[in-house]
Amino acid sequence: MSYKKPGFRHPEAQKNRLGYTRKAYEGGISTLCAGCGHDSIGSAIIQSFFEMSIEPHRVVKLSGIGCSSKTPAYFLGKSHGFNSVHGRMPSVATGANMANSELIYLGVSGDGDTASIGMGQFAHVVRRNLNMIYIVMNNGCYGLTKGQDSATADKGSKSKKGAPVSLESIDLCELAVQLGAGFVARGFSGDKKQLIPIIKAAIAHKGLAFVDVVSPCVTFNNAPTSTKSYSYVRDHMEATGTFDFIPLMQEITTDYDHGTTVPVTLHDGSIVKLKKREDKEVISSRKLAISAMEQAKEEDSILTGILYLDPESEDTHEILGTTQTPLNTLGERELCPGNKVLQEFNRSLR
Amino acid sequence: MKRIEQTNDFVVRFANVNGSGSASANNLFAKVVYRLGVPVSPKNIFPSNIQGLPTWYEVRISENGYLGRRGGVDFVVAVNGQTLKQDYEMLVPGGYFFYDSTRDLPEDFNRDDITIIGIPLTELCNEEFSNPRLRQLLKNIIYIGALAYLFDIGIEPVTDSITKQFAKKPKLAEPNVKALEIGFEYAKEHHTDACGLSIRPSDAVGDRIMIDGNSGAALGALYSGATVAGWYPITPSTSVVEAFEKYAAKYRIDPKTNKKNYAIIQAEDELAAIGIAIGGGWNGARSFTATSGPGVSLMNEFLGLAYFAEIPVVLIDVQRSGPSTGMPTRTQQSDLLSCAYLSHGDTRNVLLLPSDPYECFEMTADAFDLADRLQTPIIVVSDLDIGMNDHLCQPFSWDDNRSYDRGKVMTAEDLENLSTNWGRYLDVDKDGVCYRTLPGTHPTKGAYVTRGTSHNEFAAYTEESAAYERGMRRLLTKWETARSLVPEPVFNIRDEAKKIGALYFGSSTYAAEEAFDQLAENDMQVNSMRIRAFPFQQEVFDFIDEHQIVFAIEQNRDSQMKILLSGECQVAPGKLIPVTNFNGLPITARIIINQIHTALLTGHNSQFALNSMEKVNT
Repeated sequence: MSYKKPGFRHPEAQKNRLGYTRKAYEGGISTLCAGCGHDSIGSAIIQSFFEMSIEPHRVVKLSGIGCSSKTPAYFLGKSHGFNSVHGRMPSVATGANMANSELIYLGVSGDGDTASIGMGQFAHVVRRNLNMIYIVMNNGCYGLTKGQDSATADKGSKSKKGAPVSLESIDLCELAVQLGAGFVARGFSGDKKQLIPIIKAAIAHKGLAFVDVVSPCVTFNNAPTSTKSYSYVRDHMEATGTFDFIPLMQEITTDYDHGTTVPVTLHDGSIVKLKKREDKEVISSRKLAISAMEQAKEEDSILTGILYLDPESEDTHEILGTTQTPLNTLGERELCPGNKVLQEFNRSLR
Repeated sequence: MKRIEQTNDFVVRFANVNGSGSASANNLFAKVVYRLGVPVSPKNIFPSNIQGLPTWYEVRISENGYLGRRGGVDFVVAVNGQTLKQDYEMLVPGGYFFYDSTRDLPEDFNRDDITIIGIPLTELCNEEFSNPRLRQLLKNIIYIGALAYLFDIGIEPVTDSITKQFAKKPKLAEPNVKALEIGFEYAKEHHTDACGLSIRPSDAVGDRIMIDGNSGAALGALYSGATVAGWYPITPSTSVVEAFEKYAAKYRIDPKTNKKNYAIIQAEDELAAIGIAIGGGWNGARSFTATSGPGVSLMNEFLGLAYFAEIPVVLIDVQRSGPSTGMPTRTQQSDLLSCAYLSHGDTRNVLLLPSDPYECFEMTADAFDLADRLQTPIIVVSDLDIGMNDHLCQPFSWDDNRSYDRGKVMTAEDLENLSTNWGRYLDVDKDGVCYRTLPGTHPTKGAYVTRGTSHNEFAAYTEESAAYERGMRRLLTKWETARSLVPEPVFNIRDEAKKIGALYFGSSTYAAEEAFDQLAENDMQVNSMRIRAFPFQQEVFDFIDEHQIVFAIEQNRDSQMKILLSGECQVAPGKLIPVTNFNGLPITARIIINQIHTALLTGHNSQFALNSMEKVNT
């Protein structure tokens, strides 16, 4: 079912550098439950692309199956989308990215889609460092099939049904760091102030940018006993050193205390300014990043923010040595060696 | 004892241990025969193992150009102790048993109907060469030298081939030539006139080349402009993408930047391999993957998505013996049904059925045009026999004026000039194939969400029954379009009365054609049809209709082509008679003839069968 959104917007709505209003980045009306965390993430995605003045048609949205994977229909309506097979968005994204390296690839997945059926594809797309933004809308349950526990549900926590989760929880951020992602962040759907700069930095990062967003399921997993509920996350969120994201074209207007900030320049020239916390330096060491996440867990808190960043990582095209021209624009002239070569080949067999 | 005396018409079998370097020596032998202009057909019968298990290399030499397996062995090179007895027993009466006489044959080797030719390969080799690694390899070359004498080839054609093989490393040629001479001289001295089999130069090969089908498919992909390949290693398809990579590294490097005009991703599994190919195809690059039966099973769901969401993609299935792991290194034509209706729900996939390396090349190249034209998966159904064995085939050629048919893709200009609303799944031309757009084409027009869930003509998600039904029916219109585009069958009508027909496809071609020739010699005229694609054309239905009885020759247990035809063509029960071979070895003319005879004699109690039986018996 498709629902049309009313077209009316404030006549003096703010425009971005391209002259687009936020409307140009919106999609269809969401069919998710009212109050779903996923819609807040969708809205943060819209805001991020709008503020970064990226032409919507230069973005490709890809997803798997599940509530999370329905969301690409609700943002960036002028972008092509691909709602693929359960857990296999990463391979479709890989093929699409190989075909055209010039577009921005935004993968949207869920905790079931990534941490269970799609675990293999998740691991390997991170490992090949595909140039994409990989967002997991993580609610700790299977919403679309009515609330079964997922592999990211915390051991011992209780969903709406009341039975405590008996299995270990998979921490996708820790895995992403181990598997070699150059950018790993965790956000909360209820905290747009932090989430938008995370998404923007993920867009600016070259290589795989993994963003795990805790996103409560209001229908099946928002009981106070669930560690993925609004109330729990709000009470237990602990930010890493906070940071500011400064896109390439934006003037630096904020004042920084230079003693405590570390600027990290991303591939496109944007800067992530990290405000260091006195006791932790987590950003550029895999070991420390993982240890910080484990430490937070011991303290019963959820570590958010940019957890790991290596702006120098090589993406799949660089690793493979492919041409910079999008492969889908090459024609017979570049691709077909011609009959003369073939006849020579025949001769070599004789 | 009457020993076999034959020129340019016999079967040699090499019995080796795998991992002992025998493959290159045995290939050398086949290549020499080929270069002498004599049609030759080598078959590797190998284990799923890297070192230490029995492997055979069976070479059929046939002046008449029969390139299928013949069955029976006239000359065996028995250098594998594990299978010595087996190799000894399987030799036809009058045949020749060649062995390494460094060790005596056991006492129970007492056949008196064969000729024994012993050459102390190990001893000769160890006397001459000291490097242990080299010893193992050169022992094989020594027996090639002996064969050069025994088969009357002479030593020059073999030395020429060795020199050619080591053109870039002449130092390596030296010990090889030495080993060759040792074998040749020993045979000449000790086994003068011991062998009645000989090879004489001929011009029967003509301008044909000798190559394996997987290389042909890889070249087809290269020439047809494939740029994205996702794959996962699996025998017997591995060498498709490996060959593609080899050719691409040679012919597809951008001269200015030295960068690759292709991207090959070795994926984590077949699920991802096909996903990569689908992602690439969706985004406008010609994309493919190659796999075998188990991989096809894994790709099932994704291919259903490609069918339903209408994404061009090419899959090369090099079949092996199934089900499950089956016999991974043995051939079969047993993926036919699974490929035809791959995936859940109502699906039909276009299949192309090559019968030799040339067709692997041609059909793979065509597959990319068809995929773009029809916006659907195209499956090239090859098999281990065609794919991994060397075959004689017509030389490859490419029409330099040929341009890639990229199908119905809207440019920004097209979208701009459109007077009506563009709909991704709108059947504008009434051929069932709609116009698609690629990501990034136009700032405001042509974007849509591709999905496996039901969608209306404008690609919007829908659960409306009527819209779903319209979409599914349109895919049938597209199927009819496919029917008009796929390669037509090849007929050979020997009998205008059209009594007995036979149909076959793929690698059964060699043996089938030989069988029909032999039957014709015995006054039984069989009309034949080689099916080259699915969907079947009207001509296929007509052929079956017109004949009183039609044998369906194929290499699987369940007569899958017969089942497919019965469903698609409404064939009357009993009309199609199965002729099958599914033991993992390529089908032979003998098997086909025997089964045709048996069927006519016993199986079919019709007046027709009785008449035919009388004819066969006379």
